[in-house]
Amino acid sequence: MDVLMLSRLQFAAATIFHFLFVPLTLGLSILIAIMETRYVRTGDEEYKNMAKFWGKIFLINFAIGVVTGITLEFQFGTNWSRYSTYVGDIFGSLLAIEATLAFFLESTFIAVWAFGWNKLSPRAHAVSIWLVAIASNLSALWILIANSWMQHPVGFTIRNGRAELTDFLAVVTQPFAWHTIVHTLSAAYILSGFFVMSICAYHLLRKQHITFFTKSFRMGLSLALIFSVVEIVQGHMHGAEVAKVQPVKLAAMESLWETTAAAPQYLFLIPDEANERNSVSIGGIPGALSMLAYHTPDATVKGLKDFPKEERPPVTLSFLSFRVMVALGFLFLLLTVVGWFKRNKLVESPGYLKIMLYAVPLPYLAAEAGWTLAEVGRQPWVVYGIMKTSDAVSPIASSQVLISLIAFIGIYSLLGAAAFYLIISHALKGPQVEAVAAS
Amino acid sequence: MLESIWFVLWGVLWAVYFMLDGFDLGIGTLMPFLAKNETDKRLMYHSMGPYWNGNEVWLITAGGVTFAAFPATYAVMFSGLYSALMLILFALILRGVANEFRDKVDSPRWRGIWDACLFIGSFAPALLLGVAFANIFQGIPIDQAGVFQGNLFSLLNPYGLMGGVFFLLLFTVHGAVWLALKTEGDLHHRAATLAAKLWMALVVVAVAFLVCTWFYTRLYDNYLRNPFLFMVPIVVIPFLVVGALFMLRVYMARGHWWKTWFASSALIVGVTLFGVAGLYPNLLPSSLNPAYSMTIFNSASSPLTLKIMLGVALTLVPIIIVYQSWVYHFFKDKVRAADLAHEEGY
Repeated sequence: MDVLMLSRLQFAAATIFHFLFVPLTLGLSILIAIMETRYVRTGDEEYKNMAKFWGKIFLINFAIGVVTGITLEFQFGTNWSRYSTYVGDIFGSLLAIEATLAFFLESTFIAVWAFGWNKLSPRAHAVSIWLVAIASNLSALWILIANSWMQHPVGFTIRNGRAELTDFLAVVTQPFAWHTIVHTLSAAYILSGFFVMSICAYHLLRKQHITFFTKSFRMGLSLALIFSVVEIVQGHMHGAEVAKVQPVKLAAMESLWETTAAAPQYLFLIPDEANERNSVSIGGIPGALSMLAYHTPDATVKGLKDFPKEERPPVTLSFLSFRVMVALGFLFLLLTVVGWFKRNKLVESPGYLKIMLYAVPLPYLAAEAGWTLAEVGRQPWVVYGIMKTSDAVSPIASSQVLISLIAFIGIYSLLGAAAFYLIISHALKGPQVEAVAAS
Repeated sequence: MLESIWFVLWGVLWAVYFMLDGFDLGIGTLMPFLAKNETDKRLMYHSMGPYWNGNEVWLITAGGVTFAAFPATYAVMFSGLYSALMLILFALILRGVANEFRDKVDSPRWRGIWDACLFIGSFAPALLLGVAFANIFQGIPIDQAGVFQGNLFSLLNPYGLMGGVFFLLLFTVHGAVWLALKTEGDLHHRAATLAAKLWMALVVVAVAFLVCTWFYTRLYDNYLRNPFLFMVPIVVIPFLVVGALFMLRVYMARGHWWKTWFASSALIVGVTLFGVAGLYPNLLPSSLNPAYSMTIFNSASSPLTLKIMLGVALTLVPIIIVYQSWVYHFFKDKVRAADLAHEEGY
């Protein structure tokens, strides 16, 4: 394999792995902050115990998120040096702002929170977890602004053989970035809600710590329900934005080959990339795709054949990841709406709890599918329309990348296994055991 | 002018990173030699527990600022030093996870694995950061197109290795001193004794490194050529390097451990600034041809980006310093074995 393919695989592996841990950090930090705030307001020790129980899981998850994030920042230099030189003026500064504004705050106050249970007043302790929650979400915001610039570059000019910043505000305020931010953060909150509900379901099914886990479940449920609604409404708007700025990605994710007026949306479809057609397309709703993308039923949607072959993204992967993401998004809404009606009789709903216990991998799958669509759907560009991925790679020996890729996979697998084991064993132990251990 | 301001900030960020993370890396490296039992180990972990994560962010920021202010240098440096950098990153991953995971399972085998990870994850970056910086001081084989013409082993040349040993000693002294000020009783005494021993080795290596720098690098030529820069060795070497090295030992003998630690910090900052200032205006000299070097002029971002980032840095870095200092102050008490049971931290 050549250095390009190896570097792409390495970056994909590192990003996918990193994003297994990031969403939970974003959402769970907020839930813990709310728990501690309730503890401060009501003095109810149960909220403190909740913050401690979920906080331990948070710390395990957070550790992996942090260490795997660092390698991502440095990989732009190690593996994508031509990219870094070409767009560093804009992209590099966004990463540097993220580090100084958010990452410092997050990393400093997580330690204050973790080591400060007995040293800080409850109020100050709650403030420290709020700072962590705000900082980690701010951190995501800047990273997503940077990613959105790769999806839809604005506020720059090509000068001195590279992209140079001309309008910082345009980069930071562009609608595409804010769509991405709302979309990704909502996904993170849904995932966090499902994560919490899954662990609660395990204990509620065994009828242990019922009030503790009912309260936790409802908090997770509220978060997931609210953001499942947000995600679907906003996801539709996000799709319309993609149609506007990345028409070829839209064509790929819908597997639309011919430019079509009043384009239909098919309920079932199998793309046949080799022959530039769909081998199966069943259940077309006339005009639905035009309606979704452009808000008029007879709008013309550009097909893949309108784009040169070498500028099309992989169709099957984009198409599949899009469908998986959307289908799961609707499933999350369904499950959380059902949960809302069962919120006062959770223990009496073992069937629902069982579903929620095993549903936890789904939001992870949805989040990774979303990123796959965003990144694979942007190919062959690394920065849409201005730089191809193949022009971005470092001039280094492929053997170096092969070795580091193997090391990445090896180390990350072990870390993933260790984190998974720790989180599961801690989650299944429940809060009572913890109180015994501490005394 | 903007480029030069960023050059100074760049050097300062690296210096602060080495000063802060240096003691954690030192403690991790010394763990197998200093800890006699499980309590000692826990005390050692605990002495750096609230800090290491915040310290590591200075590395991310140093990297991020290189990317933002000098993207072409970031690209050439990080791709050129690919293998060394990957080793540092993997090591830092192990170090970070060891800190968080070690005490989560009550099993000697589990803890043993993470203790080994902590050692490797601390020793390797301490050594390799020294190797990398010595090679940067010396110049690395980059061609006209910024392509690195060497490999990991060409970095392990005599001067590079000497830089590695030098950093290792700087960080282990720094770590032993930190441990001495954060602990009491037997562990404190062992840390103090070891710090004194390592200090002697450090003096020898520091002198050797400064002398070899004359032969292996162009830092001194650069100082001599540029009258303004000439001020740097005149001020930095006697006060921040020799002075700090001397005061380090004096405070140590008197048992003033915080002062000792500040002297050790000044030494690390002094060594970094001495090396970095001598590079000016280069960021990454080419050993093949000086004309191929990456400089602040041929690799800087646009003036607009430099200005925006300067505004960001001048606003946020002081705030960071304030809250990180508060955290250092807040957890300044010695860690005691009796406290370990109550702690939630790790």
